[in-house]
Amino acid sequence: MFDTLWYSRKLRVWVAQIALMGSLAALIWWIGGNTAQNLTERGIRTGLDFLSRPARFPISETILHYSPEDSFLWAFIVGLANTLWLSALTILLATVLGLALALARLSAHPMLSRLAAGYVTVFRNIPLIVQLLFFYGVATSVFPPPREAWTPLPGIYLTLRGAYAPDLFLSSSGSWLLAAIALALILTLRIAWRWPTGKALLPLPARLCAAVALWLGASIAIWHLAGRPVRLEFPELNGLNFRGGQHLSPEFCAIILGLTLYTAAFVGEVIRGGVQAVSKGQWEGGRSLGLSERQIMFRIILPQALRIIIPPMTSQYLSTVKNTTLAVAVGYPELGLVVNTVINQTGQALESILIMLGVFLTISLSVSALMNWLNARVALVER
Amino acid sequence: MQSTVMTSPHLRRKSPLVLRIAKAFFGDLLGACLTLLSVGILLALVPAFKWAFIDAHWYVATPQGCFSGGACWAFIGSKLRLILFGLYPPEEQWRAALVVGVILIMVLLTAWPRLWGARLLALWAVGIALMLVLMAGGIAGLPPVPTSKWGGLPVTLLLATLSLGMAFPFAVILALARRGSLPIARAIAIFLIEIVRGLPLVGLLFVAAILLPLFLPADWTIDKLGRTLAALTIFAAAYLAEVVRGGLQGLPSGQIEAAQALGIPYWKTVWHIVLPQAIQKVIPPLTNTAIVMVKNTSLVLIVGVFDMLSAARSAATDPAWPAPSKEAYLFVAAIYLVICYGISLYSRHLEAGINARNRS
Repeated sequence: MFDTLWYSRKLRVWVAQIALMGSLAALIWWIGGNTAQNLTERGIRTGLDFLSRPARFPISETILHYSPEDSFLWAFIVGLANTLWLSALTILLATVLGLALALARLSAHPMLSRLAAGYVTVFRNIPLIVQLLFFYGVATSVFPPPREAWTPLPGIYLTLRGAYAPDLFLSSSGSWLLAAIALALILTLRIAWRWPTGKALLPLPARLCAAVALWLGASIAIWHLAGRPVRLEFPELNGLNFRGGQHLSPEFCAIILGLTLYTAAFVGEVIRGGVQAVSKGQWEGGRSLGLSERQIMFRIILPQALRIIIPPMTSQYLSTVKNTTLAVAVGYPELGLVVNTVINQTGQALESILIMLGVFLTISLSVSALMNWLNARVALVER
Repeated sequence: MQSTVMTSPHLRRKSPLVLRIAKAFFGDLLGACLTLLSVGILLALVPAFKWAFIDAHWYVATPQGCFSGGACWAFIGSKLRLILFGLYPPEEQWRAALVVGVILIMVLLTAWPRLWGARLLALWAVGIALMLVLMAGGIAGLPPVPTSKWGGLPVTLLLATLSLGMAFPFAVILALARRGSLPIARAIAIFLIEIVRGLPLVGLLFVAAILLPLFLPADWTIDKLGRTLAALTIFAAAYLAEVVRGGLQGLPSGQIEAAQALGIPYWKTVWHIVLPQAIQKVIPPLTNTAIVMVKNTSLVLIVGVFDMLSAARSAATDPAWPAPSKEAYLFVAAIYLVICYGISLYSRHLEAGINARNRS
């Protein structure tokens, strides 16, 4: 575009570019010099040897096993694991909720589509951190103490100290059994779905129901035969608090609820935009071929919409990963909070913050690379 | 898309309203299920509505009046000044209020497409200088107020407008460099944009709050507000650059070729031909970025800058009141909702105008 304008003065352009490069290098040199001088003047220790020293601070909840005797490096990894856990859970829940929101907004039902539109307006236009602090405020003020816990469903208790839910108890063979049962469900549904229509005795919905019933019966029988290797462990009130079961802290509840509700509003809009971007002629063409609405949606519209959806969805998922850093505000120990604590403990701010930035940059760049690859594969379908 | 005679409204027989409503809500099995679902959702919201409006305390003589029942809006009333203006000296708060007013007027003027141009930019420069003088004082008989005392809504609005305003020139340069054909300049632009976009804003704020003093000579002191503003500006510049790049990409190459044929120099082409058209194309995504930045200013709470959200949080810790954090955050949320939804409505209005012009 701007080629000829610039290349007519080729030499000047190169001199200018080299000067730009030089001034950038000088700036970095200057910053490096200042930093070195400041660090020595203030007597701040440098280097990465602190990573192998014991951390000596607690982390309130972790996915990986952690104790204060573990090293700073392990503390970082534990924080990163929490970040990834939070991101994965949020992305999963928000995608499901976002899909529901998109379908609701696209539906012809006047009340439901307006409700969904109202939801999107409210949740998109309020900063995430305000929502997180609000939910944290609710989680720590509305609910009763454990002795008077609310039980919306049997086995689930909502208290001022967080939520308690039944925990899945797995013996060693249990996880294998669970995987086998899940695989069996997929297989049964697939067989029922793909059953040749000419030979079928039942219509598709009835066939699916029969398949699920068959699967359920067989699974329960096998579960009993295997000596009930999988069961639920219920939380029990013991003195002033609950024992057993799964405990979700108020911080975790607030952050997962806030992130999910906020992200779902954006995901819903991305999906809606993708479906609406497919031209109307596609629907009309499908109808004139005599396809059913469902066939048009799944065979014609969605495959095309997916291609439009993938790039904005990628950036949405990436911002979700970055948004988990807001958990600092409510005190859930993800990577940002761990880094903050490490800085307070060691004073080695430069190294800790650079580690955090490096981790996020790695995640961002690798996810965009992965999604570009996926996008190229989906785009290839187009001829 | 002109409708055919078959479906034109005056030929379609109009059924009675009741019937149409019945058909919309209970037309088929799916419709009836969805109606029940929506009613269920609305019913689930009833307790929240009852808490917020029916059982709420709007005026109480003492904080004790709030210890039972619904929402305590009286708390907002008694803490309004703290939430809106932070620790700004009470007798000088008219200045902070005036700053909010000036920003509102400037934004409203900017929303009027007829005023767009170099003169509006000059007006913004004057307006921002006026706002900073009003906030900081120290001249014209205004007592000086250090930035550590600034807080609340003016800080939120100043951070949003200043970061967007200062980021814009950088964004244009970055976008031009990224679209241009100078390899080193393009590499630097891509590097900077992708690095900043790959990082969470919290990370940049950590750098600004904790590392920036280390990066600069020991005798240079920039206060915390200035440092967070720098982080927000860098962040906004990277995102705006991508938006502007979209506009540059959408520009027909004939425009630039024509300018070259007329012998117009590069920078004049950019200023008079490329930018006006490119930016006009991306006004909807630009307003979107503006919304994102308004929301992002609330993150400065994490590094301890006293914006509106931090002010509300500190107001909510007053032990005299019964745990009023919900009300405080709802109030802040409502202010953000009004600002951001206002911008998005404006963007939709502009977009409708652009679409109408394209169709005619």
